[in-house]
Amino acid sequence: MSEFSVIGKSIAMVDAAGKTTGAGKYTDDLSVPGMLVAKILHSPYPHALIKHIDTTRARDLDGVAAVVTGEDAPNRYGILPVGHDETALAVGKVRYVGDNVACVAAVTEEIAERALELIEVEYQLLPGYFDPEESMKAERDLIHDNRSNNIEKDYHHVFGDPEKGFAEADYVAEARYLANEVTHAAMEPHCTLASFEMDPHTGKPGRLTVWSSTQVPYYLQHKLALVLELPMSQIRVIKPLVGGGFGGKSEVIPLEIIAAVAARAARAPVKITYTREEVFWAHRGRPRTIIDLKTGVRKDGRITAVACKVIQDGGAYCSYGVVTILYSGALLGALYDIPNIRYDGYRVLTNKPACGAMRGHGTVNVRFAFESQMDEIAVKLALDPAQIRRVNLLKPPMVTVNGLRVLSYGLPECVEQVIRRSGWGERRGNLPRGRGLGMACSHYVSGAANSIIRSEMPHSTVNIKIDRDGGVVVYTGAAEIGQGSDTMTAQIVAEVLGCSLSRVKVIAADTDLTPIDLGSYSSRVTFMAGNAALRAAEDIKSKLAGAAAGRMGCAPEEAVFADDRVWNRRALMDEIPVSSDSEAAARGRVEGQILRGSVLQTRQEQAAKASMSFEEAVVAAIDLHGGLTGTGSYAPPLEARGGRHKGAGVGPSPAYSYAAQVAEVSVDEDTGEVRVHKIWAAHDCGRALNPVAVEGQVIGSVWMGLGQALQEEVVWKDGLLMNPGLLEYRSPSSVESPEIECIIVESVDPEGPFGAKEAGEGSLAATIPAISNAIYDAVGVRLREAPFTPERILAALRTKRGQKKVDMTEGIDPEIPEKFREHGGAVCFRGKGPGRHPDDPARKAVSAGGAR
Amino acid sequence: MKKELIELRVNGRTQELAVEPNRLLLDALRQELNLTGVKRGCDDSSCGACSVQVDGVPMLSCTMLAASYQDCEITTVEGISDGAGLAALQKAYGDFGGSQCGYCTPGFMMTVRWLLANNPEPTDGEIRQALSSNLCRCTGYSQMYAAVRAVIEAEKKNRKPELTGAPQR
Repeated sequence: MSEFSVIGKSIAMVDAAGKTTGAGKYTDDLSVPGMLVAKILHSPYPHALIKHIDTTRARDLDGVAAVVTGEDAPNRYGILPVGHDETALAVGKVRYVGDNVACVAAVTEEIAERALELIEVEYQLLPGYFDPEESMKAERDLIHDNRSNNIEKDYHHVFGDPEKGFAEADYVAEARYLANEVTHAAMEPHCTLASFEMDPHTGKPGRLTVWSSTQVPYYLQHKLALVLELPMSQIRVIKPLVGGGFGGKSEVIPLEIIAAVAARAARAPVKITYTREEVFWAHRGRPRTIIDLKTGVRKDGRITAVACKVIQDGGAYCSYGVVTILYSGALLGALYDIPNIRYDGYRVLTNKPACGAMRGHGTVNVRFAFESQMDEIAVKLALDPAQIRRVNLLKPPMVTVNGLRVLSYGLPECVEQVIRRSGWGERRGNLPRGRGLGMACSHYVSGAANSIIRSEMPHSTVNIKIDRDGGVVVYTGAAEIGQGSDTMTAQIVAEVLGCSLSRVKVIAADTDLTPIDLGSYSSRVTFMAGNAALRAAEDIKSKLAGAAAGRMGCAPEEAVFADDRVWNRRALMDEIPVSSDSEAAARGRVEGQILRGSVLQTRQEQAAKASMSFEEAVVAAIDLHGGLTGTGSYAPPLEARGGRHKGAGVGPSPAYSYAAQVAEVSVDEDTGEVRVHKIWAAHDCGRALNPVAVEGQVIGSVWMGLGQALQEEVVWKDGLLMNPGLLEYRSPSSVESPEIECIIVESVDPEGPFGAKEAGEGSLAATIPAISNAIYDAVGVRLREAPFTPERILAALRTKRGQKKVDMTEGIDPEIPEKFREHGGAVCFRGKGPGRHPDDPARKAVSAGGAR
Repeated sequence: MKKELIELRVNGRTQELAVEPNRLLLDALRQELNLTGVKRGCDDSSCGACSVQVDGVPMLSCTMLAASYQDCEITTVEGISDGAGLAALQKAYGDFGGSQCGYCTPGFMMTVRWLLANNPEPTDGEIRQALSSNLCRCTGYSQMYAAVRAVIEAEKKNRKPELTGAPQR
C-alpha cells in the first residue's frame, strides 16, 4: 500500500526501552571516580552591587575542594552574538533574586551547602525594575550600563502601506492583550558534570569533557571555549538522555559553565544538579507580553492591515530576547495573507530571571492576541469564525509582504478537518448554556533559515559508516530530547538504504564523534538534520550501488534497494531470469563464505545476479573502496533566507507547519472555572515520518498550550518568585487534561526530507486563543489576559453583570487589562505577598514610583 | 551525621548499605545502590518521578527515610521486567508513545503497575484518576492511556500486545 517501507509507520522510539526499564542514563545518573558535588550561592536581592565577597571561611571548611566567584571566569558570553551579557558567576553586580554569586565544590552536598552559609557577601542595593513599562522609563541605575532605558532591543518594521490599509478598512478592531509568564518546567532538573584531564606536557588541566542536559551541545562547546579560553577542540560535550527541554535547555545555562569553572579550580570532576527552585531561577521561559493589536478588515473579513506593538518583560539578561521580539513580529506573516503590517517590538530588561526560548518561541502570545481579535471581528461582522479564516488564506507558492517564502500550505485542509470532526457547523450556537466552541489557527518554522552565528556553515551534517557485516552506524550532532530525533534519523537512513531499522545504530550529540549540528531548537531537527541524514544515506548508497551493480551486471542506477536486499531493476521487472544459484548464495551466510573463499563460491559471487543481500553489497563496496562511509549536510536555500531589512534574519524558514484547532469548553458561571472537554487539533507536518511520534508532539503541544491558557503562571512579588515548585506552578495533571484528538494533515513539502516539516511546536499557539474564543462562545466574556483563571473569568463575568469587581485581580477587568499586576490572577498568592528584605529599596522605589 | 548499617530489600535482593539516618530512600537507591531509574524531579513530593513500590504500593521515595523501610519489599523500575524481556507495560509505553523524554516514565510505571494489580479492568476515569499522582510535561497523558488500555486488552486476551501495535485512531 505504502510507497515506503520504514517511514510513515508508527514505531516505538529507538531508545524507548532504556526509558521504560530505567537503564537509560540522564546526566544526573552519571558519576565518575573522584567526583565532587557543587552548590551555587544565589543572590537574595533583585538588583545590587557586590562590594565584597569573603570566601575564606568556606574554603577552610573540611571537605571543601574549591570556592569560585565571578573573578575566576570573567569572560562574557550569551547565546546570541549581540547579547553577550552574562558571566559564569556575577562580576560586580547581581540582577535578579537567584543570580549566581559563588560556587562551592565539596565532597558531599551537605558540606557544600554548609560552606555556602560561610561565604560573606556585602551588597549595595539598587532600585529594582519589575514592570516592563516602568523599566522603560528608567534613566539611572540601569540593569546593564550599555542598554539605555533598560531596553534590550527595539524594532520598528513597516511592510506595505499600513496607513492606506487601515483607510481602506470597513472596520478596525483595536485592543490590548496580556499574556503572563510561563516556564518550561521540564521534568528533569538541569544537570552538568564537568571533568578535566591533566595535560601530560604542561602538567595543567587540559582537555575538558562535559556531560550536560542540553539541547545544543555545539553552542555549549562554543561558549565554554569562550569563557574558559580553551580551543573548542579541547572541549568534548556529550549529551546523555535529556528529560525534556521545550527550549529551557536550548542555550547555555549558568550551571553548565559554572561546573567547568569549578572543576578547573578543584582539579577534580564536578557535578551540579539544580534543585527545582534553581530550575525556576534559570528559567528562560516565555516572557510576560503586552500586545497592542489593531486589525483592519473589509466587510467580508479580508484583512487590509495589521499594526502590532509588543512589549516583552525579558528579565535581567538578553538570552534569546532579540530573537524572541523579532519572531513576535515576523510570524505575523506566513499564516494569513496580510498585505500591510506595522510592527513595533520592545524587549525590555527587568530584575527577574532571564526569559528565553520556549516552545513556539516568540509567536505564542502574539498569536493569542491575533486569533482572539479575529474572533472579535467575526462576531462584529456576523461572520463564521471559520469563514474569516478562509477568506484570508495565503495562495502559495509565494513570498509574504515581510519576506517569508511559503511553499507547502496545509492550513486550508486543517481548517476543514477540525470543522468536520468537531461538528462545528451543526453544534456551534446550539450547545447548552455555559458551553461553547472556539477556533484558532497557528503556524511555526521548520528551523530558522539563518543560524544564530552567521556563517556559510551547513546547519546540519550527518556521517554514516557501514561495517562489513552490514551494520549501519549514523553519526549526528542532533540532540535527542525526547522528541524522537534519533528515531527520525534511523528511519530516514533505513528508508534510503532499503534496510531494516534494526541494522541502524545512531550515535548522537557527542562533539568528539559527531559532526556539527546546531541542536534541537526552533523545530529544526527533522527538516535539517533529516535532510542531512537523507543526503548522507544517498551518498553511501551510491557507493553501494556502484559496487553491487558491478556484481549484478547492471548500471548503478538500475540497483534498487529494498527489503534488506539490492535488486537489479530489470530482474524485478522480470526482464531477466532469477538464477537459483545466486539466490542460494545470497541466502547463505555471505561473510563466512567470502572469508572461506572457495573457488565455487567466488565464481557464484562473480556471476551476474538478479539480486544480492545487503551484506553482500556492503562487502562488495568495502572490497572496492577500502572502507564505506558517506556524508551529507544541509543548508537552507538562499531563496528561503528572507528579506534585507534590519532583523530580517529571524522568521524565515525553509518550510512552515500549520495548525487549526477547535476547543469545546464549559464555564461554571458561579465559580469561574473553565473545563475543556475536548480539543480537535489538525496539524500539517508535511509528511508524518512516524505518525505515533507526530501525534505525541502535537498532543503535547496542545496540552502545554492548555496549561498556559488555564492555569500556568509564574507569579512575582518585588522580583521574588512566588511559586518556584511544581506544586504551585500548576502544570495540568491527568485529571485536568482533556481528550485531544490529533488529525495529521500531510501537505508533503517539496524540500523536506520525504516531504516532512515540523511537528513539535506549531500547534501550541492555537490552543490558547481557541480556548479563549470558546469561553466567549460559552458565556460572552472576552478574556484578553492569559491564563484564564477562575479569578479572571469571575471578574469578567461580574463586570459584565455590573457587579462589584473581584479583589483577586486588584480590581482590573481582564477584558480590558491595562498593565501587569504581580499577582493578579493566580490562586496561590492573594494580597500583598510576604514581607521580605526590609532594607530592600526596590520595594520603596516601586511604591514611590506609583507602580501600584 | 554518622552513618549506620542498614539492610534494604530491593527488587527481590537484600542489600546492606551504610547510610546516615537522615538519608532519603531516593538518594540511597540512586547513589548507594546505583538504581538510577528512580528519578528526582521536584524536591517537594509533587511530581511522582521518584515513585517506588513499597510492598506493592507506589510511594514517593523523596519523602522517605531509607532506614525506616528495612522490613519492606521495595520495587523500582529496574525490577519490573518480565524475565529477560520487557514487561507488557514497558513494551506498550514504547509502542504507543507513552514515553517521550522518559524522565517521568519510571514513576508512571510504578503507578500503573499498582493500578492494574489492584483493578485489572479500570474505567477511563479510574485510569485518569490513578495517573494524576504523577506529572508529565511531554505527552499530555493521552498516549499513556492508549498504552495502559493496550495492556489491559492484552491481559484480557492473556497475551502480550502486538509487537508493532499502533495507537487506535
